[in-house]
Amino acid sequence: MKETKDHAALADTFNADEDRVNWHDETLWFVRQKRDRAAHTIPDWELLRETASQIKHNVLSNLHAYLLQFEANAKANGIIVHWATDAAEHNQIVHAILQKHGVGRMVKSKSMLTEECHLNEYLSENGIEVIDTDLGERIVQLAKEPPSHIVLPCIHKKKEEIGELFHEHLGTPAGISDPQVLTEAARQHLRETFLTRRAALTGVNFAVAETGEFVICTNEGNADMGAHLADVHIACMGIEKIIPERKHLGVFLRLLARSATGQPITTYSSHFKKPREGHELHLVLVDNGRSTQLGREDFRNSLKCIRCGACMNTCPVYRRSGGHSYHTAVAGPIGAILAPNLDMKANADLPFASTLCGSCSNVCPVKIDIHDQLYKWRQVIVKEGYADTTKTIGMQAMTQVFASPTTFKLAGKAGRWFMRHAPFAVNNKLNPWYKQREMPVPPKESFGEWYLRKRKGKNE
Amino acid sequence: MTVGLFIPCYVDQFYPNAAIATLELLEKLGVRVVYPPKQTCCGQPMANSGFEHLTKESNDLFIKNFREFDYIVAPSGSCVLHMKDHLHSDKYPAEAKAMRGKVYELIEFLTDVLKVDSLKARFPHKVGLHQSCHGQRGLKLAQMSELVAPAFSKPEQLLRLVEGLELVELTRQDECCGFGGTFCVAEEAVSVKMGKDRVADHVQHGADYITASDMSCLMHMEGILHRQKSQVKVLHIAEILNAQEL
Repeated sequence: MKETKDHAALADTFNADEDRVNWHDETLWFVRQKRDRAAHTIPDWELLRETASQIKHNVLSNLHAYLLQFEANAKANGIIVHWATDAAEHNQIVHAILQKHGVGRMVKSKSMLTEECHLNEYLSENGIEVIDTDLGERIVQLAKEPPSHIVLPCIHKKKEEIGELFHEHLGTPAGISDPQVLTEAARQHLRETFLTRRAALTGVNFAVAETGEFVICTNEGNADMGAHLADVHIACMGIEKIIPERKHLGVFLRLLARSATGQPITTYSSHFKKPREGHELHLVLVDNGRSTQLGREDFRNSLKCIRCGACMNTCPVYRRSGGHSYHTAVAGPIGAILAPNLDMKANADLPFASTLCGSCSNVCPVKIDIHDQLYKWRQVIVKEGYADTTKTIGMQAMTQVFASPTTFKLAGKAGRWFMRHAPFAVNNKLNPWYKQREMPVPPKESFGEWYLRKRKGKNE
Repeated sequence: MTVGLFIPCYVDQFYPNAAIATLELLEKLGVRVVYPPKQTCCGQPMANSGFEHLTKESNDLFIKNFREFDYIVAPSGSCVLHMKDHLHSDKYPAEAKAMRGKVYELIEFLTDVLKVDSLKARFPHKVGLHQSCHGQRGLKLAQMSELVAPAFSKPEQLLRLVEGLELVELTRQDECCGFGGTFCVAEEAVSVKMGKDRVADHVQHGADYITASDMSCLMHMEGILHRQKSQVKVLHIAEILNAQEL
C-alpha cells in the first residue's frame, strides 16, 4: 500500500498559499451559486430530489434483478457484457479486449470508475497508451496528476498553469492563458488522436434495465467522438448505475447537470444501445466493493450517488483543502463515505475531514445522508481500531472527567487557574488552537460557581 | 412549567455570562428554571470523534440530572442536536427516549414553546448573525440556502424584537465557521481558514458584534478576532436578547 499523508497534513500544505485557497474557494462557490440558481428555476426541486432518491432506493433493493434484466436486454441488443468482481478483474477484461484487437493506443473519455480502478497505470505498464480526451482530464494527465474533482478534474489549476503545460506538451507559444486559445490547441491535438485510435473507452452515467441501453452525459462531445470513430467501444460502469426504466431519465437528467454545474442539461446526453455494423460494443459491469457497501445498512445509500459533485462544490472543507487532499479517486464528502469501504485503514482520516455542517446532504440530488454517514463511519473506524493512540487516550481521559461532576468541576477550576496564572502552559506551539487563534479569556468563576453563590437554596 | 437548564461544559467554564443571560431571560419570561449542579457534558466531543461508545456514563448522568423536568433547555444547538439524535441508555431506556423529545435549544424553546412575540430588550448595535450549522441544518432553526423552500429564521425573528439592533446582511448567509469540535485542532489549517473567511464576511458588512446560538462557533471566531486585534466582539444570542443597554 502506498504511504500517503493524511487529509489534515495535505490540507495544511494546500493552505500554505492563502491566495490560492481564496481563489479555489471562490471558484467552487461560484459553481455552487450556479447550482442554486438552476435549482430555483424548478419549483418542485425538492420533490424531484425525493423522487430520484426513491427510484434509487428501489434500484438498490432490487439490484440483483435489475442487473440481470439489464444484462439480458443488452445482450439481445448485441452488446458484449462482462462482469468484474474488482478493479484487477476490470483492468484485465479491458486489457484482453484491446489485446484481441491488437490495439496499443486507446482514447478514453472521463470515467471516474477507471480512476478508481487505476486503469491508466495498469494499461501503461502493459504497453498500452491511453489518451484522456475530456479537456480537464487531458490537462491533469499531462500534469501527471489525478483529477481533483469528479466533474471538474482540473479545477485546482489556474489558466496560466494550463498555458505552461500546453507549451511544454503541445507546443503552444509560451505565456498563453486565454482559455479560448488553449481550448482550441487541445482540440486540434485531440482531433488527430481521435482519428487514429481504433478503441475508445467511456464511462456510463445511467444504464436502463428496461431497454439494455446506457446513457453518457458530456459537454464536450468527446465520448461520442471517441465511440463513433473507433472500431471497438468499451463502456465501464459500477453496478449501481442502473435505473429501471427509460422514463426515469426524465428525473435524473434534470437533476444531474443542474446539481453539477448549474446547466439545465449537459450538451450531450448520448444513448448507446447496440454496436454499429462491423463494430464491437463491450460493457463491463464492475462491483469493486459495491456489494459490500450494499450490505452495510448504514452506508448503503451512498450507492445512490450519480457523481454530480455538488457535495464537493458546497463543502467548505473541500473548497479550502482541494481535491488532492482526499488522496482517493473520488474526493470530497461523497468520497469520504465511499473510500473507507474500499480501504478502511488507508482512508480512516477522511470521515474526520468534515465539520458535519450538513450542507452536502442538502445539495445531494439523490438525498444521500452524507454527513450522518460521516458520523457513522467515525464510529466504525474507531471501533475497528484505526483511530490514533493519542486521540484514544485523550478521549478516555475526557470520558473520565465528564463521568464525574466533582472531577469536572476540579478540572475546570484548575484549568482556568492555570490559564490565568500560567498562560504559557496553553499559549504555545504545542497547542494547535493557539497557532492562529487566541485562547478564550478564562473567567474567575464558572457558571456553576456563580449559581451556587447567587442562587443557592433558591430553587432547590 | 419547570425547565431544567443544561449549560454546555465549555460555556460553564469559559462563557458564564451566556449561561447567566439564558437563565435570566427564561426567568424574565416567567419560566421556573432549575440548574442541576451535578451536570457535566452532553458527550458530543467524544461521539463526534468516533467514540460514541464512551458516552454511556455521561448519558446516564445527564438522564439522572434532568429526567424530572417538563423541558430541558440549553443555549446550544449543537449539544441539543446531539441529545435529540443520540441520547440512549441501557439503564434508563424509557427516560432517554422521552427526554430526546423534551430537550430544546434556547431559541426554538422561545419561538416554539413560549411563542415569544415581544421582548424588553435593547441593544443599539450592528450585529451579524452567524447561523450555527447544527442549529440550522440539524434543528432547522432557519431555512437552509441549499433548499428550494420558503425562507424563515427563528433567531432572526427574535433579534428583530430587540430595540435598536441592526442586523447586517452577509455574502454567504449560512457557511460553516469551521469549528467542528475536535476538527478545530485536528484540521487546524482548514478550520482556521474557514473561521477567518466567516469573520471577514461579518467585518466587511460592518458588524460590531457577531452573534450565534452556539457559543462554540463564537469561541472559535473570537479566537481569530483577538489574534487579528479586531474590535469586533462576539456575544451569545441570549446575551443580546437579555440586553438592556441604554
